[in-house]
Amino acid sequence: MVSLTKRYRFSASHRLHNESLSAEENARVFGKCNSPYGHGHNYIVEVTLRGPIGPSTGMVMDLGLLDRAVQQEVLDRFDHTHLNLDVANFQGRVPTTENLCVEIYNLLCGRLEGGKGGAHLEKVRLEETSSNSFEYAGVTADDLEQTPREKR
Amino acid sequence: MIYLTRRAEFSASHYYHNPDFSAEENRRIFGKCNNPNGHGHNYTVEVTVAGEVDETTGMVLDLKDLKAVLENEVLQLMDHKFLNKEVPVFATRIPTTENIAVEIWSLLAAKLPAGRLHRIRLYETDDLYVDYYGE
Repeated sequence: MVSLTKRYRFSASHRLHNESLSAEENARVFGKCNSPYGHGHNYIVEVTLRGPIGPSTGMVMDLGLLDRAVQQEVLDRFDHTHLNLDVANFQGRVPTTENLCVEIYNLLCGRLEGGKGGAHLEKVRLEETSSNSFEYAGVTADDLEQTPREKR
Repeated sequence: MIYLTRRAEFSASHYYHNPDFSAEENRRIFGKCNNPNGHGHNYTVEVTVAGEVDETTGMVLDLKDLKAVLENEVLQLMDHKFLNKEVPVFATRIPTTENIAVEIWSLLAAKLPAGRLHRIRLYETDDLYVDYYGE
């Protein structure tokens, strides 16, 4: 089994704001990320697939399939948008990079699972800046053993 | 247990072609990577060794020795080569980044002077890499 990772880039703006909190609470919880007009990042998303090497192709997956899935599910949806205002996925959900990372994983999972060759989505890593990054590998056995936490 | 990683670079050319496929299938499956004249990459290989810190030296293994093994086993074989034509194992195995990572593992695993080979990470470009853990 081999893990293969490909990196993509998109730019988007967001504002961290929860309608159910007061203005003061939003300012306290989200700090300058609560600035009303939003702010932007150059995001880097790393998509990792894991699977056996196809004996006739030498490849884990046709990278053209991966590129198309990422283009259609992620880049077309998020690139050069305001995540709060332009993207249906974040209506009623704060577009933190944590939530964006989980959303990208779920969007790609539906496209990449069950393809021929047996590769599966292993994880998504999302960099908001070169100093901040988040990883999500789906629900694991460890998650299920823990007490469910309140959704953000 | 400590994990130690050493990085090295090599440049090589390759193309993707399976003689069992028709010319049309090869073009469809491998796209521009099927160009028989080949194309090149600057590969970066990261070799990660797991081991215990030796009490007298404070090291997992001597980095000079790891550098020498990497040079002798991998770089001399692959650097500035056309992998399909000049590296025997790739005469019959397509030199995809996946297969090159697996081959580097098998070249290095038994030759480490100390520690245990944990991972081979092979970058084909800054935006594309493969990890192999030996199984």
